[in-house]
This record gives sequence, C-alpha cells and structure tokens, in this order.
Amino acid sequence: MPAGTLYRGREGMWSWVAHRVTGVLIFFFLFVHVLDTALVRVSPEAYDDVVATYKTPLVAVLEYGLVAAILFHALNGLRVIAVDFWAKGPRYQKQMLWTVLGLWIVLMVGAIYPVLGHAAREVFGS
Amino acid sequence: MTDEATTTAAGETRGYSVDNPAPVIEAPRARRAKTPRAPRMNFEMLGWLFMRLSGIVLVVLVLGHLLIQLVLDGGVSKIGFAFVAGRWASPFWQAWDLIMLWLAMLHGANGLRTIINDYAERANPRFWLKMLLYTATVFTVLLGTLVIFTFDPNIR
Ligand code: HEM
Repeated sequence: MPAGTLYRGREGMWSWVAHRVTGVLIFFFLFVHVLDTALVRVSPEAYDDVVATYKTPLVAVLEYGLVAAILFHALNGLRVIAVDFWAKGPRYQKQMLWTVLGLWIVLMVGAIYPVLGHAAREVFGS
Repeated sequence: MTDEATTTAAGETRGYSVDNPAPVIEAPRARRAKTPRAPRMNFEMLGWLFMRLSGIVLVVLVLGHLLIQLVLDGGVSKIGFAFVAGRWASPFWQAWDLIMLWLAMLHGANGLRTIINDYAERANPRFWLKMLLYTATVFTVLLGTLVIFTFDPNIR
C-alpha cells in the first residue's frame, strides 16, 4: 500500500471491501427479486414461468453465489457490530474474521446439496 | 471515510524520506478543541445505528428466508404460486416478509447512499445518483408492500 492513503491493506481492509461489494450485489438482487415476486399479482402462470427459470442448473449456480454473498455479509456484519459495541472487539477483529470465514466455509459446504443437488440431478441424470 | 481524507491524501505517494515525511493521517476519533463533550445525535449517527440494529434483525429474517425457500422441503423446486399462496395465508409470514422487505430495502439504500457519498465526488453525479437510488427504493418498497397486502390466491 502506498503511503498517504487511508487504505491500509490486510484483513481489515479486504473484509471491508468484501462487505461493500456483497452489500451492493445483494441490494441489486433484492430489487429484481421484488419485481419477479410482484408477478403473483399478474397471474399464477406468469409467476410460475419465471420461477421455472430459477430452477434451471445455470440459475442454481447463481443462487449458490447469492447464498455465498449473503452469508458472508451477514456473518461479517455481526463481526462489524461486535467490533463497534464489544469493548474487546477491536482487539479480536482478526480472530473474529477467521471465525467468520470458517463458519462461512462450513455453511457453504452444507449448502451444496440443498441448493445445487437438483441441478446436478438434471445435468448428470438421477 | 470522509471526503476530506480521501481527496487530500490522493496522489501524494512518491518522494518521501526522513527529511520529507509523508503527512500524518489523524486518527479517525481524535478529539479536537471543537469536539463536543457528549456526542450529539444527528442523522448520520442514527443511520449508523440503524445499519447495526437492522443488521441484527435481518440475520434472523434473511437467513430464515433462505432456509425456507432454498433448503427445506425440496429447496427451490417446491416454489410456485401455490407455495406463495400457502404461506401468505398466514399473517405471521405476511408480517415476516413485510418487515424483511422494509428493513432490507432501507438498510441497503442507506448503505448505497454511503457508497455514493464515498465515490461520487462531483456534485451533479452525486445528486442524480442519489435521486435514482431514492426513486428505485421508494418504488420497490411500495410495490412489494402492495403485493403482500393485495395478494389474491383466487386471482384466476
Ligand atoms: C443479513 C444480515 C445483515 C447484516 C448483519 C448486515 C450488517 C451490516 C452492517 C453492520 C453494515 C455497516 C457496515 C459499516 O458501517 O461499515 C452493513 C452495510 C451494508 N449492508 Fe448490510 N447487513 C445485512 C443484510 C444486508 C442486505 C439484505 C443488504 C441489501 C439489501 C445489505 C446491504 C448493505 C450495504 C449496501 C451496506 C453498505 C456497505 C458499505 O458502506 O461499505 N445488507 N451491513
């Protein structure tokens, strides 16, 4: 990192970058998601047609990515709150980041079968 | 991050030595003569607090939502008009989705407002990006609220 910048690198900065990027991604997804859900006011067929595309293998992979973004943002958000409100938070921010990443990996492994299972069955046959 | 810090610090990275040291960056919470004794509430502080309080509630609402929609009971495969009708027959799930909609949209919109303030330095783009953000937010919140309240399982 060059001198004369607020960007300090290391865990603190990169977790902040990731928190920011995932926050923006989730917001854009939420906008589209409210629009697609609004189709229940148009007709059952219109809604079911759109949801059918959400069940395709390609979109299943995107859903897995969405779950990854939300889980990281949620867990790291709790870490940010702990850093701000818990007296010892700033001192343990690094350990808390590794805890967040560990939990994130465990949950992401756990999400493989529920989120991607149906896609795998479709692509490779059941 | 304040606009002041990013702009004054930009670009001055070369040529520092012992005799010509890099400018010191003041600690973010350093107290100055004009710092009030007790911090007073203002809009930015309320926004800061709201991000944290809504975040805690959203952990339950959003992760619960993902669990129900994508994991339990066949995952995404079960979702369809009938599934939505079944859930919104209950005021509990209507309230869940309504609160989640409002909190997530306001939390996300306030987060994006911070990001626009950080990166859009010229007054015009800054203003119009925020207007676009506020318009999209109001539209999405109102549309979502309308859909939850006027949902009709016997639409056809
Ligand atoms: C699931 C639970 C969530 C938690 C615990 C959480 C927590 C937080 C916290 C504590 C912040 C403030 C960070 C800071 O001031 O440095 C934040 C920022 C943000 N959040 Fe969330 N959030 C959650 C869900 C969401 C959702 C659903 C969205 C999108 C609609 C979202 C979008 C954002 C954005 C855009 C920011 C601004 C990032 C920045 O300023 O760098 N968050 N979140």
